[in-house]
Amino acid sequence: MPRLTIDDLKQLRDRTASTLALRAGVSRARVTVHMGTCGIAAGARDVMAALLAAIEQQGLTDVVVTTSGCAGLCSREPMATVEVRSEAPVKYVNLTPEKMAQVVRQHIVGGNAVMDIALAAGCETTG
Amino acid sequence: MAFRSHVLVCAGTGCVSCGSFDLGSAIEREIARKGLAAEVQVLRTGCQGFCAAGPVLIVQPDEVFYCGLKTSDVAVLVEEHLLKGRPVAKLMYKPAATHAPIPTLSQIPFFAKQRLVVLRNRGLIDPEQIGDYVARDGYLALAKALSEMTAEQILQEIKLSGLRGRGGGGFPAGIKWATCRQAAIHRGVDPVIVCNADEGDPGAFMDRSIIESDPHAVIEGMVIGARAIGAKQGFVYIRHEYPIARERLAKALDQAREYGLLGTGILGTAFDFDIGVVQGAGAFVCGESTALMASLEGKVGEPRAKYIHTVEYGYKNQPTNLNNVETWANVPLIIHRGAAWFTSMGTGDVSDNPWNGSSGTKVFSLVGKVNNTGLIEVPMGISLREIIFDIGGGIPNNRKFKAVQTGGPSGGCLPETHLDMPVDFDSLTAAGSMMGSGGMIVMDDQTCMVDVARYFISFLTEESCGKCTPCREGLRCSLDVLTRITEGKGEEADLALLDEMGGVMQDTCLCALGTSAPNPVVSTVRYFRDEYVAHIRDHTCPAGVCKALITYSIDQATCDGCHACVTACPNGAITGQVKYPHLLDQGLCIKCGACLDACKRDAVLRA
Repeated sequence: MPRLTIDDLKQLRDRTASTLALRAGVSRARVTVHMGTCGIAAGARDVMAALLAAIEQQGLTDVVVTTSGCAGLCSREPMATVEVRSEAPVKYVNLTPEKMAQVVRQHIVGGNAVMDIALAAGCETTG
Repeated sequence: MAFRSHVLVCAGTGCVSCGSFDLGSAIEREIARKGLAAEVQVLRTGCQGFCAAGPVLIVQPDEVFYCGLKTSDVAVLVEEHLLKGRPVAKLMYKPAATHAPIPTLSQIPFFAKQRLVVLRNRGLIDPEQIGDYVARDGYLALAKALSEMTAEQILQEIKLSGLRGRGGGGFPAGIKWATCRQAAIHRGVDPVIVCNADEGDPGAFMDRSIIESDPHAVIEGMVIGARAIGAKQGFVYIRHEYPIARERLAKALDQAREYGLLGTGILGTAFDFDIGVVQGAGAFVCGESTALMASLEGKVGEPRAKYIHTVEYGYKNQPTNLNNVETWANVPLIIHRGAAWFTSMGTGDVSDNPWNGSSGTKVFSLVGKVNNTGLIEVPMGISLREIIFDIGGGIPNNRKFKAVQTGGPSGGCLPETHLDMPVDFDSLTAAGSMMGSGGMIVMDDQTCMVDVARYFISFLTEESCGKCTPCREGLRCSLDVLTRITEGKGEEADLALLDEMGGVMQDTCLCALGTSAPNPVVSTVRYFRDEYVAHIRDHTCPAGVCKALITYSIDQATCDGCHACVTACPNGAITGQVKYPHLLDQGLCIKCGACLDACKRDAVLRA
């Protein structure tokens, strides 16, 4: 490891700050891949791998990826919910690795939800 | 490939002693077995603070906190939470009162009420990876200090922040630094800086945790201080009993040198400074600054008279600036965020005079009869009640709060009437205790205050270096008196005698070990005089602790002969036939109380 100058230190910080920020939960967007037994059986793990690969490929540093249990619509698994800060969450259904990568490009980077592969935008009401 | 999830396993000494290293390895193996190794990273962090509930871990970015873990919980944790995203309720924290699981850090009162400044990186970084520290703005304060500030400007910023020593003295750091720098210039001699990591107070582990969780915060503070004072050489004097902290510190120093943040030509400037680590050898007195410096020089750890200031003539007669671990760890943030930010926390007004208030935060080790024991950081000025009841979760087993002891063997006990007092340097001192280094011991109605005083005096008697007569003889004699009182052999004149000896020690002892030794006695006599009188005049111990003054017996009317006490008694002191009232032989009874704990009929009496 070469000895740092002040500029080197600042650049190192800039490169790595987002990793620690993500670790602390600070993000612009959150993608939840539903990993109930139904989802896993339908291929959610491959969709997850594709999601992580797409994030890396696009060089995104402000997207939190998490999992949750079955969302309830088992016949349309694999499913993922994309929440971009200050927008309504969008539930995507019948996902494949290719469609997941498309969602990353068009929705998370491009800012436009891919409505033809989405179930709906918005949350179900609870309580 | 970036990880989507981090499992931050606490590897502070507390959790390590409960098996957290094995736990971490088991989690890594299970993650690999489930094919999640590319998605989920396992890191070992320093102490996350909630020591009562260890081993603990946090899953980020979900912020879910798990505690009391065993390796048998690993499979469920990995499958349910890490793979399927369903946090596991049975492994979460459940408060004693409600038993309802609370999933996240920000919802758990123990964490929610704290203000992490010195401990800002705890549980988030791997302390053995300097890259993690840098990613959280580490060493940027040093860069600013070296490139944008003069030594005088750094001194001024520290003075304006009102930072006061966190090791117990509460002396304004800015004034100490400036005096040391001036002495060095005036004498034409290089100054030296020292970090006091001896942490001798029983029950205190703030400094250990700071070094185990975030050693670079201390290193960066020392480099900035060296720049301000003009030192080329620094030492960390760390007690022998802290192996994990020593190891993490050594690794951190090596990594800092590799990066050019320590050593010659720091960050590409002309500034040279390096730090050596010296181990203590098990003496409490070596936490006292002059004794520490003697030990640093390889001499026996004995203090010397304080009219020769160590900032002028210290280690090897060089001007020496000594500060506590926590004091040094505050420095980078003060430089990075400014003195005004630091003074926005705390009490009083330090803008003209650092003695006029207590700015910033304080790290406390909250221990004793309290539900949530552990390591906490709170803003100066928070009340004792909030610390003990909100953060600490109150007294276990529905017992009643009796006293809280702060300041270690140099401090005092405060009763219930003081619970709403703000915690800061001057309020604590005015009440008859002191801030000390941050040990806070909570006591309930089963604690005997006379026994507490005896305990501290007994500790100090062992640790006294013996150099000066008032300390050596005063402590030995005070211990005799207190021991007699706990054995029911106290005399009416004893309280006056303790008072007189205490007065002499306060006036004449060579160092603060001796001059502050009477404090636990003085404060317990002040607030709990009745208890002393009960011991001396009535030969009873109201808390039921002093063995010579308590008697166990079995109530013949209530005992139904269930035999539980006979099984519990380690000395065969109880006899009886099943279903008939039992009998306790006073001659064989060792007053351990096991029968009282075992009896379900309230038939065992203690008087």
